[in-house]
Amino acid sequence: MDPTGKRVMTEQTQTQTRTGAIGTPILTAEGLTKRYGRVTALDRCDFDLRAGEVLAVIGDNGAGKSTLIKALSGAVVPDAGTVTLEGRAVRFASPIEAREAGIETVYQTLAMSPALSIADNMFMGRELRKPGILGTVFRKLDRSRMEAIAREKLNDLGLLTIQNINQAVETLSGGQRQGVAVARAAAFGSKVIILDEPTAALGVKESRKVLDLIQDVRARGIPIILISHNMPHVFEVADRIHVHRLGRRLTVLDPKAHSMSDAVAFMTGAKEPEAA
Amino acid sequence: MSTSDDYEGAARGASGDVARFEDGRRGPVAAFHHALHTTPALVPLLVLVAAILAFGALEGSRFFSPFALTLILQQVQIVGIVAAAQSLVILTAGIDLSVGAIAVISSVVMGQFTFRYGLPVEVSVLCGLALGTAIGTLNGWLVAVMKLPPFIVTLGMWQIVLAANFLYSANETIRSQDIAEQAPLLQLLGTTYNLGSARFTLGVVVMIVLVVVLAYVLRHTAWGRHVYAVGDDPEAAELSGVNVRFTLISVYATAGLICGIAGWALIGRIGSVSPTSGQLLNIESITAVVIGGISLFGGRGSILGTFFGALIVGVFTLGLRLMGADAQWTYLLIGVLIIAAVAVDQWIRRVSA
Repeated sequence: MDPTGKRVMTEQTQTQTRTGAIGTPILTAEGLTKRYGRVTALDRCDFDLRAGEVLAVIGDNGAGKSTLIKALSGAVVPDAGTVTLEGRAVRFASPIEAREAGIETVYQTLAMSPALSIADNMFMGRELRKPGILGTVFRKLDRSRMEAIAREKLNDLGLLTIQNINQAVETLSGGQRQGVAVARAAAFGSKVIILDEPTAALGVKESRKVLDLIQDVRARGIPIILISHNMPHVFEVADRIHVHRLGRRLTVLDPKAHSMSDAVAFMTGAKEPEAA
Repeated sequence: MSTSDDYEGAARGASGDVARFEDGRRGPVAAFHHALHTTPALVPLLVLVAAILAFGALEGSRFFSPFALTLILQQVQIVGIVAAAQSLVILTAGIDLSVGAIAVISSVVMGQFTFRYGLPVEVSVLCGLALGTAIGTLNGWLVAVMKLPPFIVTLGMWQIVLAANFLYSANETIRSQDIAEQAPLLQLLGTTYNLGSARFTLGVVVMIVLVVVLAYVLRHTAWGRHVYAVGDDPEAAELSGVNVRFTLISVYATAGLICGIAGWALIGRIGSVSPTSGQLLNIESITAVVIGGISLFGGRGSILGTFFGALIVGVFTLGLRLMGADAQWTYLLIGVLIIAAVAVDQWIRRVSA
């Protein structure tokens, strides 16, 4: 578990090097194909995420965007195609491998244990142990250090309303849970954060907090893939919009040059993009 | 042109607070509810203390003596050890119906390997413990890898192990005198210590040490946190990086090992090795776990609660017997306690208070 500790420490320096190179590709995919029986969920799909950006992925239900995200986050192994992370070809057999490579996914279900505390949840699967014999022989967890780091990460992201880092996650509101899940993803020096429908279950004010959070994370230099059905949210925070249709990337839109109705028209097939 | 119309503008005048969740002051009932929610062993502890005081008031020094109180510990030691194993499994939202059978077959193997094959008794004991662990591991593999429901797996294993136990032992009991003469190590956990009029056996010490060690492991190690996370929501645990398969197999394997230890303690307690002993251990261990406040839905509760649960049963059993009541009154009251415990669990699980 020690490497985790180191990753937390060195995150600051990594952030700086990353922000130095805005626009370089971080995570790309070419020709991704995935079939389930006779259904082709991904059909030679391309994808690219650049440093320091928020890339929204939109698409109608059944367009295959969740399969695309699963293929990028290791939950699904594509039948064909390549994924490249920071210039190196990668192949993930499980979400854990993808996470170890630096791709953190915040699932729509949030993947938290409701009965356990915020600190427990943030360090689930990568706990820190006490130094010395207490840690090596007695495997004792370093609660005070984990709590301090958890508190610091939540503060960094402006989630100050959470008073007690030891309160059970089930006592938090939907927005706070989302915040903890995002903080968990951002805390471990990750290279890419995937957010799956982060505002779908939230009210107006809580959505606002999460959108602010997304911008905070981007400001720290971590690129984000945002899957959302909510056009106002997408147009507010996204730098580019990947429109997914019939299992592949139809086009990439610039939200400043297109309207929401354009995006919906492309998404539903009511309009085809000009050859570009 | 982003044509996002400013629909959130209407909310601008409102207070910027998103719902807050400070530990504001509430009424005494809510405060009590909160204490129970964070310390699940509190209910069984209160019931235990109340039961001891009640029987002490009714029967005076006959019950309220070091001898009687330590006798309770001796009477619950086997159930206490098995219930510790059961707790681990139930925390993962499973159930282990084979615990009693594993304990008995482990004790039979310890005895028969020594007397039938003439193996050194130390080796026989290790073989018994290894068999318990192996059966537990098989349970865990069937649950975690084959994805079979724990209830079914262990129901089947209970029958298989119990039948194997009778077939292998030919229903033959090894007499206490023979063990005392030739293989006293088998009765080691029955060794008695007197402190004044209080009597402790090594089996009681083993039970207490086991509970303390498990309480530490569950609270202060990553593995312990993973046991709770798997019981709470296995999919979420998997996605957060917990090796669910390993956690489940290791839980069932540890439970098997603990049942093996219970089998050894069983020889110390009854003196002989009998394939027909320990028939009620399944039900009694589940009873202790439920009265101890561990949720059958997994992920909530503590091993200390189970320990108190086992003691509550012991206090009722001895207290009512000393009063000369029909033993059926004990079962009746335990039944009431089980239902009350689950009702309290449901109340505690309601977060909205």
